[in-house]
Amino acid sequence: MTQTNDNAPMGRIIVITSGKGGVGKTTSAAAISAGLAKQGYKTVVIDFDVGLRNLDMIMGCERRVVFDFINVIQGDAKLKQALIKDKRLENLAVLPTSQTRDKDALTREGVEAVLNELKQDYDYIVCDSPAGIERGAHLAMYFADEAVVVTNPEVSSVRDSDRVLGLLSSKTKRAETEGAEPIKAQVLLTRHDQGRIDKGEMMTVEDVLEILAVPLLGIIPESQAVLRASNTGTPVTLDDPSAAGRAYEDAVARLTGEDVEMRVASDRRPGLLQRMFGRTA
Amino acid sequence: MSLFGFSLKPRRPKSAQTAKDRLQILLAHERGAGTATPDYLPALQRDIIEAIRRHVKIEPDDIDIRMERGEEVSSLEINIEVPDASPRARA
Repeated sequence: MTQTNDNAPMGRIIVITSGKGGVGKTTSAAAISAGLAKQGYKTVVIDFDVGLRNLDMIMGCERRVVFDFINVIQGDAKLKQALIKDKRLENLAVLPTSQTRDKDALTREGVEAVLNELKQDYDYIVCDSPAGIERGAHLAMYFADEAVVVTNPEVSSVRDSDRVLGLLSSKTKRAETEGAEPIKAQVLLTRHDQGRIDKGEMMTVEDVLEILAVPLLGIIPESQAVLRASNTGTPVTLDDPSAAGRAYEDAVARLTGEDVEMRVASDRRPGLLQRMFGRTA
Repeated sequence: MSLFGFSLKPRRPKSAQTAKDRLQILLAHERGAGTATPDYLPALQRDIIEAIRRHVKIEPDDIDIRMERGEEVSSLEINIEVPDASPRARA
């Protein structure tokens, strides 16, 4: 069903981070990794939130977890055994984390070894960071080539994103290695509500970008599709078409270097008459 | 609600129900077996490898464990790649 992509990078590491919790990191990690796999890239998505495993639920593979990231780091299982192959896309895999250990089980050497092994086989390695700026979040971003900073147009989220951007440019391998190109950081604006912006109740995209001063990867509209997809364990990009799904697909295309015009998608609900007389596109 | 075979509900199953079902199954496993649910698996794997090694030469890489948790039962699928055991025993 999926073919491999020819201009694939060799194991590019993308961290999905934010500082603040609840802004949509895991939703975005799932949607972006599924979107990359759909484009034909071999993709693996890793849960770094040790002790609070959730990526498995959002990806819909929670019943198939046998071994996890921590088992692999501690040598209790081989990487191949811990990777869960997605049942919908053959070139997508999930590396779940442990639900029972704590974040101290993550070591920098262990994480690096796993990432290096994954680089042999995968085009993209998507790291789903936990909230906060402690060990799990630090190690999720440490080896990244690229960062997606998930931000809501809301004061605490923007402030935390700013803090995370600071860490990306100082406390990562690329930052510490002399002569290395810095991590390419981009903002992904989620829960965007054009209606509230029009009423002056929400900061605009321009407002947020002016404050954070990094490029924009995409604008994900507030959408009912996101909760529905999480209910069923389906990444938004693999679920029924929705504004959020389209927006994630645009973001994925930009990540892979395509030049896609920035647009604000919306789920326009069909009116009563439209529903009665059949939907028109 | 169904009246004369005419359903007022949309045909698609409600995703909220799916969410609840998934959580119930998952949490039953996570709470039931204590916090250490899958932690016996590495040990189990070691024991299996050891037992098989007494008879056949296999590498840790040759064993593949998959699990599928269900509401009633969970299944553990263990695949072992046994090297071609040519019947050299006769010699």
